[in-house]
Amino acid sequence: MRLDRRRLNGIAEQGVSIFVTLFGLLILTFVIGRIMPVDPVRAIVGEDATREVYENVYRQLGLDKPMWQQFLLYMRDVVTLDFGTSIRTGQPVLQDIARVLPATIELATFAILIGAGLGTPLGVIAAVNKDRWPDQLIRVISLMGHSMPIFWTGMIALLVFYANLGWVGGSGRMSQFYIGLVPERTNFLLIDSALAGEWEVFRSAINHIILPAALLGYSSSAYITRMTRSFMLDQLGQEYVTTARVKGLSRRQTVWRHAFGNIRVQLVTIVALAYGALLEGAVLIETVFAWPGFGQYLTSNLLIGDMNAVMTCVLIVGVIFIGLNILSDILYRVFDPRTR
Amino acid sequence: MDPVLDIQRLSIRYAGAPAPAVRDVSFTLGRERLGIVGESGSGKSTVGRAIMRLLDTAEITADRMQFEEVDLLNAPERKMLDVRGKRMSMILQDPKFSLNPIQRCGHQIAEAYRTHVRCSKSEARARAIAMLEQVHIRDPERVYDLYPHEVSGGMGQRVMIAMMLLTDPDLVIADEPTSALDVTVRLQVLRILDGLVRDKGIGLIMISHDLNLVRAFCDRVLIMYAGRVVEALDARDLDNAQHPYSRGLLAAQPRIGGTREPLPVLARQDSWLEPLEAQA
Ligand SMILES: Nc1ncnc2c1ncn2[C@@H]1O[C@H](COP(=O)(O)OP(=O)(O)OP(=O)(O)O)[C@@H](O)[C@H]1O
Ligand SMILES: [Mg+2]
Repeated sequence: MRLDRRRLNGIAEQGVSIFVTLFGLLILTFVIGRIMPVDPVRAIVGEDATREVYENVYRQLGLDKPMWQQFLLYMRDVVTLDFGTSIRTGQPVLQDIARVLPATIELATFAILIGAGLGTPLGVIAAVNKDRWPDQLIRVISLMGHSMPIFWTGMIALLVFYANLGWVGGSGRMSQFYIGLVPERTNFLLIDSALAGEWEVFRSAINHIILPAALLGYSSSAYITRMTRSFMLDQLGQEYVTTARVKGLSRRQTVWRHAFGNIRVQLVTIVALAYGALLEGAVLIETVFAWPGFGQYLTSNLLIGDMNAVMTCVLIVGVIFIGLNILSDILYRVFDPRTR
Repeated sequence: MDPVLDIQRLSIRYAGAPAPAVRDVSFTLGRERLGIVGESGSGKSTVGRAIMRLLDTAEITADRMQFEEVDLLNAPERKMLDVRGKRMSMILQDPKFSLNPIQRCGHQIAEAYRTHVRCSKSEARARAIAMLEQVHIRDPERVYDLYPHEVSGGMGQRVMIAMMLLTDPDLVIADEPTSALDVTVRLQVLRILDGLVRDKGIGLIMISHDLNLVRAFCDRVLIMYAGRVVEALDARDLDNAQHPYSRGLLAAQPRIGGTREPLPVLARQDSWLEPLEAQA
């Protein structure tokens, strides 16, 4: 890859657009903080504080300053990673996030691996066998994944696979027994337990993550299957596919060596989108499986109007999506020579 | 000498179509150049693709459909994988679409070779580069590494020709090999194809809209109309075609130095669907 003028311009352009998006995101979270129907001062001082105490905190929070100054202060806080304290947990928001986000990332990553690993081949098979029985069958499978009530399915799955069959661990990230056993370095339990060499904990963590991840993965595989099928059908109608067959390649070689390479770009984009959706946190699954993740954290703080925490969560969701966008942009360039 | 291809009463109906797209087409082909002309939708490409056995869902019937010793009506797909690309191949219309956009040209050519010949990557590469030279590409090493969007239409079509002739097939079907190209490079590409076909003694089926082109590059011509062959004749006798549709086609060809009046338009008649003998 040469760094010529055109490429530099491209990078600069992208840099600017990321910057603008981030700025827009800050405005958004700031506005959310202002329009939430909670009085941030009351939330801190409580109902029976004196007028004097109230005014004091009011000034401390900078609420007496003009809007634009408040926004600048907010920006300063964000840049210095000072997100304030959560009223609900009484801890710095950053510390809370460092605890709940890895739990969700772990779950979402497992889930997307299952979802893409299942959805992509199913979509290809459906396309290759369009309107024949494998296509029909796959349509039913993914329709079920798409429409299953995840709360209900989650409980049934727990009943069957945990309570009855005992194949997997129950709720939480690991057995009660192991809690507190490994030092929390990254808060990714799989990494922490591996680092500590606690393989029993590691196994327990895998046992606990597999069921919720499978359910989430199955439900996002429905979308991935459907999109893969339609991308693939599109490519199978192209002339270069005929060329490949004329050369004497079998159907399977034609599909995987030629057509599949041409859907990778689109595939990456939709998998990134699905992953982003999972990272926002799957509240229902997290609730059913008592998974101390981001989705639960965001929802419970939203319900009680914990402003600092909510603003930070929204900011993080935004940053995640910007990051995934950049990632899929980069992969786009890797996979398609026409964009280089 | 045995014919390369022997087709008797070939009919093809696409799945779900009410009427066959091709009806009772018969011809034989030796190591010669056969042109198939006819208007859009007359079934030319359908015949070509049926011979390559690419029409998976169409219903194909024939009294005989023989390629050398291979019975194309009954050969299993496994056999066809051996025949396609090795002993018969097809040049498609537009290199913009017929080359895989995300693979290097040379890689695509070499793949045609490696599919049928067990050999090392470097040997396939050497073969591909030698073949690029044969289609008059001056710096084949460089072109080998280019992506399809980086080459011109004429160059792309020469890549296509290289890919399809690399395995020395006995039969090549060229489906409008130059209609997507700039007029300025059409003749050049055709001459390259023609030279190789003659040198290697390949049987060629050239599908085209263009009577003048077929007259210049083919030995014999089939004229198709509405899925049937309405007339078959030697290319040099083309001007003496008898069938009213053929005569109409000829009259509708522009000629250099001809009059400047508007070209006549075909006035179709149902009787054209009858083969020539029946009309006499
Ligand atoms: N995949 C298909 N499914 C159904 N019908 C088809 C299909 N391909 C072609 N046909 C129909 O078969 C008939 C013959 O088409 P064909 O492509 O063979 O014509 P052609 O002579 O090659 O025309 P052109 O000069 O436009 O390439 C047309 O009526 C066309 O609509
Ligand atoms: Mg055609």
